Amino acid sequence: MYQYDNYDHQMLADRIRQYQNQTERFLAGKLSESEFLPLRLQNGLYVQRLAPMLRVAVPYGMLSSAQLRKLAFIASHFDKGYGHFTTRQNIQFNWPSLSEVPDILKHLAEVEMHAIQTSGNCIRNTTTDQFAGVAVDELEDTRPYCEIIRQWSTFHPEFAYLPRKFKIAVCGTKVDQAATQVHDIGIYLTQNSEGLIGFRILAGGGLGRTPVIGKEIFPFVEKQYLLSALESILRVYNREGRRDNKYKARIKILVKEIGVEEFQNKVMQEWELIKNSALLLTDDEITRCKSFFTDPNYESLADTPTSLSDRLQNNILFSSWHTQNVKPHKISGYAIVTICFKETGVAPGDVTDRQLNHLAQLADEYSFGEVRVSHQQNIVFADVRQDKLYDFWLGLQSESMSSPNLGLLTDMICCPGGDFCALANAKSIPIAESIQREFNDFDNLIDIGEINLNISGCMNACGHHHVGNIGILGVDKKGEEFYQVSLGGSSKNQASLGKIIGPSFAQEEIPEVIQKIISAYKSQRKSNEKFIDTYIRIGMDPFKEQVYAKAD
Amino acid sequence: MPKLIKDGEAVSDYWTVLKEATGPEVLKAVPGKNFLVPLSFWKNYQEELNDYNGNIAIWLDSHDRVSDLDDSIHDFPLIALNFPAFSDGRSYSNARELRTTRNYLGEIRAIGDVLRDQLYYMQQCGFNAFAVRYDQDVDDCLTAFGDFTTGYQATVAEPTPLFRRR
Repeated sequence: MYQYDNYDHQMLADRIRQYQNQTERFLAGKLSESEFLPLRLQNGLYVQRLAPMLRVAVPYGMLSSAQLRKLAFIASHFDKGYGHFTTRQNIQFNWPSLSEVPDILKHLAEVEMHAIQTSGNCIRNTTTDQFAGVAVDELEDTRPYCEIIRQWSTFHPEFAYLPRKFKIAVCGTKVDQAATQVHDIGIYLTQNSEGLIGFRILAGGGLGRTPVIGKEIFPFVEKQYLLSALESILRVYNREGRRDNKYKARIKILVKEIGVEEFQNKVMQEWELIKNSALLLTDDEITRCKSFFTDPNYESLADTPTSLSDRLQNNILFSSWHTQNVKPHKISGYAIVTICFKETGVAPGDVTDRQLNHLAQLADEYSFGEVRVSHQQNIVFADVRQDKLYDFWLGLQSESMSSPNLGLLTDMICCPGGDFCALANAKSIPIAESIQREFNDFDNLIDIGEINLNISGCMNACGHHHVGNIGILGVDKKGEEFYQVSLGGSSKNQASLGKIIGPSFAQEEIPEVIQKIISAYKSQRKSNEKFIDTYIRIGMDPFKEQVYAKAD
Repeated sequence: MPKLIKDGEAVSDYWTVLKEATGPEVLKAVPGKNFLVPLSFWKNYQEELNDYNGNIAIWLDSHDRVSDLDDSIHDFPLIALNFPAFSDGRSYSNARELRTTRNYLGEIRAIGDVLRDQLYYMQQCGFNAFAVRYDQDVDDCLTAFGDFTTGYQATVAEPTPLFRRR
C-alpha cells in the first residue's frame, strides 16, 4: 500500500488547517453559503436531507486494517454507528455534524486518509479493479498508476473549478471490472505490437442523465506520457466544457457536441505543447510508486489443499459460499475472497462499526492487513490462503458477513436514494429490500445465475442503473414515486446501456415485475446462458410481452 | 481606493476596468487614464486607442481565448483575466497559457469575483496580481498564499513537479 512521506503529510496538514479556517469563517458568518459550498464539497461534505454527509476517499479502494479501525471509530464517535460503501470505492458517513468535520479530518489524517475532492466540480477519486495486483488475467498492477494519477489530480490548481465533476478509472485486466468505459476518462493498460505496455485512453463516457460510452482518444501512449495525456484532456475540457447548464456540463456532452475527431484534434494540439515538459514521468517515479505495491510474503503452497477440499465436500453452506464468493488468485494456494455487503433488510453497502473492526481483525489474521472496496459496494480480501478459507468463513459468521450471494441477483448496486439523498426522486433502499425478500430462495438464485441489478433513486445514476443487466430508476410522476425498468446494460468490456422496457411501475409492483423478467429469461435461455447473453440473443420483446401481459 | 494585491503586498491600483458595453467615446471624455479594456474593445477601436494619451491594457473574459491573441500582448504591462463567478475555472487555464505557452512576463491580474479562498490556486497558475472583491479582508487575503507549503503538480509558480523533487 502507498505510504505517505513528509510531503504528503505536510499537504494533508495544510489542507486540514485551511478547511478548519474556512469552516470557522462560515460559522462566524464571514463566508456566505454559496462561497462555502464548493469548499466544503471539495472536502467531501454534502448537506443532505437529514444531516450533512461526509464522503471519505478510499484511493482506488485500498484500505489497511489500521484505516478500517479508524473508520469504525469515526462511525461510532461521530455517526450513528455505521458507514456506507459507495459505487466509487469510497465510504460515506450520513450523520456527522458540520462543525465536527475538521476533527474527523484530523482523525483520518492520522491514518493517511482524507475526504479531499470526493465531491464538487473537480477530479474525484481514481478507481480501479478491486482485484488489482492479484487477478489472474492482469497485464500489470494498475495501482502504481492510480497513485500517480491521485497525486497529479490532488489539489491540481488549474482543475479545481471544472464545469462539472470528473471521474477517472483504470483497468489492467482482460475482463473489465472497473466500469471503465462509463467514466469521464477510462484508461486501459495495454500492450502494443512491439510488446511495450502503455495506455489506451478513452474520454467522454459517463452515466447520469445522458449515459454515454467513452470514446477512444489515445489508442496507445507510452507510460511516461500518462500525465501529459490526462492534462491535455482536462485542459481542453476546462476551457471548452459547457458552463451554461449543469446538466450539459460533463465532458461527454462536449465530446458529443464538437465530435470525437474535433475533440481529439484539440487534445493532440495541447499534448504536443506539453508532452515533453516536466510532466514527463520518470522511470524513478514509476519504480518508486511500484515499490509500494509489491507482492506480500506469499508462502509456497499448492492449490486446493485437502483441508479445503474435505470441507467443500462436507459442508454445503461453506461450499456454496466458496463457489460464489471465492475467485482464483495469481499465486497458487491463495484465493481472492469477496464479502458481500447485501444482507436482506440492510441498505446495500452499509457497514457497522463492529463489522469494520471485525474486518480489520480478519485482514490482519488472513490477508496481510489489507482489504479493498469494490465498486459493487462489497469488500475484497485479496490474499487469503486456501487452507485457511474455512476458518476465515467461520470468522465471518459472527458479524453476518458470510452471504453467499456474490454476483447473484440479490448482490445489487444501490444508491442511498430518497431515504438520505437530497437529490433523489424516489427511494431505492426499500426497492432493493423488496427484491431481496421476493428472491429469498438460494437455490433459485443459483439457478438464475450471474446477473446484476442496479438501482438509482434519480437521474444522477449513482446506482449505475444504465449498466445493470436489469436497471431500476426512481422517477417522480406528479409527486409520486415510480420506477422505470431497463434491460441489457453492462459495464464490462462490451459495455452497453440498458433500454427502457416500457411504462414505469409503482413501488409495490417491482418484485413481481422482476419475477416476470426472470421467468421470461428462464423459459428462453439455452443451457448455461447468462441473463445478459439471453437478452442479447432474443432482444427486448419477449421480456416486454411477459411483463405487460394482461391477466386472463 | 480599490483593493489590489500585487506580488504579495497590498498596493494602490491605478487602472480602471472598462465594461464590455463601453464605446470609444469614453476615451475622449476621460483623457490621461490607465484603462483596462475588454478584448473586443481593443480589437474594434485600434485607431482610437492609438490616439489615446493614457495607458491601455486588456482584460479577457473567461470565455475569451489566449490563442486568439497575437504577439502584441507582450507590449502590455498587464493583462487582466476576469472571473465572472469564482466558480468559473477557465481563467486558471488562460493564466497558465499566457505564462507557459506565450511566455508573457508582465503582470497577470485576476479581476471580478476574486475571493480569498481561490488566491493560492490562482497564484500557482501564474497570476501575480489580484483585484479582490470589495468585501474581502485584504490582510486575511495576504495570508492565503501560505495555505499550502507545497504541491504535487508542475505549475507556473513551481515548474518542477513533486515527483522530480522528492
